[in-house]
Amino acid sequence: MGQVSAAREQSHNKPEGIELFLLRLKKKVCSVDPYLTFAGIGLWLFVYWVLCEGLEIWRFNKLPGPVAISKDWFSTTPFQGISIFTETYYDHIRVSCQRILIAFGLATGLGVPLGLFMGWSRPIRDYIFPIIETLRPIPILAWVPLSILLLPGFEGPVIFLATLASFFVTTLNAMLGVDSIDEEYFRAAGCLGSSRWDVFRHVVVPGALPFIFTGLQISIGVAWFSLVAAEMVSGDLGLGYLIVDAYMNNVTVPMVIAMITLGFIGYFSSACVRALGNKLMAWHVKELAQQGR
Amino acid sequence: MNPNKTATKTSESKNAKKLESARVEMKGVSKSYGEDWDAEEVIKNISVDFPAGELTVIVGPSGCGKSTLVNLLAGFEKPDTGQVTIDGEIVTGPAKDRMVVFQETALIPWQTTLENVTFGPKMRGDKQGASLNKEAEELLIKVGLGEFMHKYPIQLSGGMQRRAELARALINEPTVMIMDEPFRGLDAMSRSLMQEFFLQLFEENQKTNIFVTSEIDEAIFLADNLVILSNKPTTVQTVIKIDLPRPRNYKMLTSAKAFKYRKQAMELLHGEAMKSFAVSK
Repeated sequence: MGQVSAAREQSHNKPEGIELFLLRLKKKVCSVDPYLTFAGIGLWLFVYWVLCEGLEIWRFNKLPGPVAISKDWFSTTPFQGISIFTETYYDHIRVSCQRILIAFGLATGLGVPLGLFMGWSRPIRDYIFPIIETLRPIPILAWVPLSILLLPGFEGPVIFLATLASFFVTTLNAMLGVDSIDEEYFRAAGCLGSSRWDVFRHVVVPGALPFIFTGLQISIGVAWFSLVAAEMVSGDLGLGYLIVDAYMNNVTVPMVIAMITLGFIGYFSSACVRALGNKLMAWHVKELAQQGR
Repeated sequence: MNPNKTATKTSESKNAKKLESARVEMKGVSKSYGEDWDAEEVIKNISVDFPAGELTVIVGPSGCGKSTLVNLLAGFEKPDTGQVTIDGEIVTGPAKDRMVVFQETALIPWQTTLENVTFGPKMRGDKQGASLNKEAEELLIKVGLGEFMHKYPIQLSGGMQRRAELARALINEPTVMIMDEPFRGLDAMSRSLMQEFFLQLFEENQKTNIFVTSEIDEAIFLADNLVILSNKPTTVQTVIKIDLPRPRNYKMLTSAKAFKYRKQAMELLHGEAMKSFAVSK
């Protein structure tokens, strides 16, 4: 009995800051989820190793296995030129990240407002939507020659392509986000005397946020995808360039290192977008929690 | 558009100072949906009077134009013919003197309960800051949501959401409350608690209330006047004056008088329901 009331007391003064972090960490460590993740990664690595180095299966024996890669990756004197101790590795990462930041920023800055306005106003949608829908299905690689002709240097075309790809995703999702808002909220806001601009600020924008952030998570992935494709075609630095350069020079280890690095950075970048979304949409997080998700 | 404009102007000036509650009238209102060549008439020549300070309940078979009627009263939609007036003033759009409580909750999910309640006055700029917050808090305490003001609507139970919605409407000091099946979807227990709570509020404030429902017992329990609608195209069949004393309680529903009302309403509604059933077959 005393214990129950003590526990209740404790739940009243909620933990904050580091204490909260430690509690969450403890809960995580005690649950089965992280171990499943580790087991999954371990299984992957094992299969990879068996194919390339363990049994040296035909055609897989041309690829560097996990042992060869980690030897080079973490070596101060990498055999094939790229490791965590070489400066060029970070140059490639930095250049790619910079390009992504610019492209994703541009696409978000243009796409979100455009999509919101398209969802909000019928005339704007009628003007713009058909054009976007015609341009959207054109594969991003089909834009490569045009962008090289149009824009000078290496940076221009690469950033243009990455921006374009994620712009379409962002715009479309923002528009669908507005469509997804229940008509009743518009009516309620109207009934309470909101002006059209108030409705935009207090109903359209927050109501579309869940879709916008779903869109942004996809769009940052698409941005990486098209960035690397663009860097492979036209580039002087960057992870995509590193992959193609390594392949051309017949050094396979940097190629795979660049791929894995891309995977990690991509994962991290969409996690950042997700975290920002959850921070902005406390109500949505609670809604999902209510549904047991 | 409004042939009676001059007539309404005079009555408007007569009521220059708005009363606590207002009289709502529908005169010859019709409404159709769809294109001209394929129009479906939903409401056909409805004229009803909603007396000031009384609770008028509209009942009708499901699928008749009850929600359309609400939209017309609220000003979300315009009638094809006829007009809706409030104290003689023609309704042209939604306004803060008519508050609507919607069928399923229309609390804005990204605002906390308190933010929802203060939303209207803030948007219009008539009340602000600490005094508005204080008023909203008092109102929320009154509807029993004192501990839930900083929660999001999704964290409230169905009954709490309806009470929050009542508070959001009441803070605007409307002269007319329009309730569109507000307790639909609640479980039987919360429903009857909400009915009692709502009656108590009404009997305190005596605002003009228009309450739409499809439940006869609920209708008789609440109403001063019971408007019974027909099937589509919807017309008014009868208006029954419910002469039960106030404050009301559930025991009154078992009285002979209530039984008589119930029988009368049932017969009318049953006939209509059978018609729509036959049509849908």
